[in-house]
Amino acid sequence: MPHVEEPTDVDLLHRAKAGDFESFERLVSQLQPRVYGLAFRILHQSQDAEDVTQQTFLALVEHLPGFREESSLATWVLRIATNFCLKILRKRRGSKTIALSELGPEDSYSNLPHPQFISAWTRTAEEIAQQSELRSEIEHAMQELDEKYRLVFLLRDVEGLSVRETAEAMELTESTVKVRLLRARLALRERLTSKFGDPEQALVPDHRHT
Amino acid sequence: MTCEELLKALNEYVDGAELSELCDEFSQHLADCDPCQVVIDNIRQTISLYRHGQPYEMPKAFQDRLQDSLKSRWRETFGQPPTTSQP
Repeated sequence: MPHVEEPTDVDLLHRAKAGDFESFERLVSQLQPRVYGLAFRILHQSQDAEDVTQQTFLALVEHLPGFREESSLATWVLRIATNFCLKILRKRRGSKTIALSELGPEDSYSNLPHPQFISAWTRTAEEIAQQSELRSEIEHAMQELDEKYRLVFLLRDVEGLSVRETAEAMELTESTVKVRLLRARLALRERLTSKFGDPEQALVPDHRHT
Repeated sequence: MTCEELLKALNEYVDGAELSELCDEFSQHLADCDPCQVVIDNIRQTISLYRHGQPYEMPKAFQDRLQDSLKSRWRETFGQPPTTSQP
């Protein structure tokens, strides 16, 4: 049997752009779980997550011929999805509350929360991730996080967008993204370490450094 | 470098900033500061946990609906019936 090389994602993309629906479907099936997962974690509601997923891929069909490939397809699709999520969040919040893009005193490095419970975890992240009964606790820690931090963490750390791409998707400056990301990481670390850290190995911060 | 300064620069370090002055200072601090070392390790584990966690399952009924609507949007956009798998 001759060796048939699997088409790369870029091959699939070019075939899809030329009108090949099968290649398009393969790309969609790869991206679907990421889009749905992102939307679900932002919106906490399966109907809204479905709507965002549907809108995102329908928009992808329409804009596919004009996609200039300045970023990866995944990054582009995640940005479209983020946009639809933000629309839903804005609608939910109404005009009473401040927008996600508005800056507050916590959008600077002053008064960063100092880590409280510092201890090595009793298991590795891989071991913890495999235990489905812990999943709700992990997701709960994420849900407790303020929206403005959660979105930045999801795009940058979970989906792997760059700081610049995250800033563009959220319509924020890169420096605001960095501060929010740091606060998100510190907050999640604190919550997860309180669950997975070993109390017997807890350390007390040493502030004598100069 | 103090623990406070380290906290502010933590993103760059966790994201693997190239060898820089910052990185040297950071490493020096970490060499004799176990708590900061553990905090950084905790953060790396935290990121890894969310990045490699199980994906959310999409309901099957929704998947089918999505596929149908993509097919019809494809027809409208490309003006041709979607090609299907080769036999």
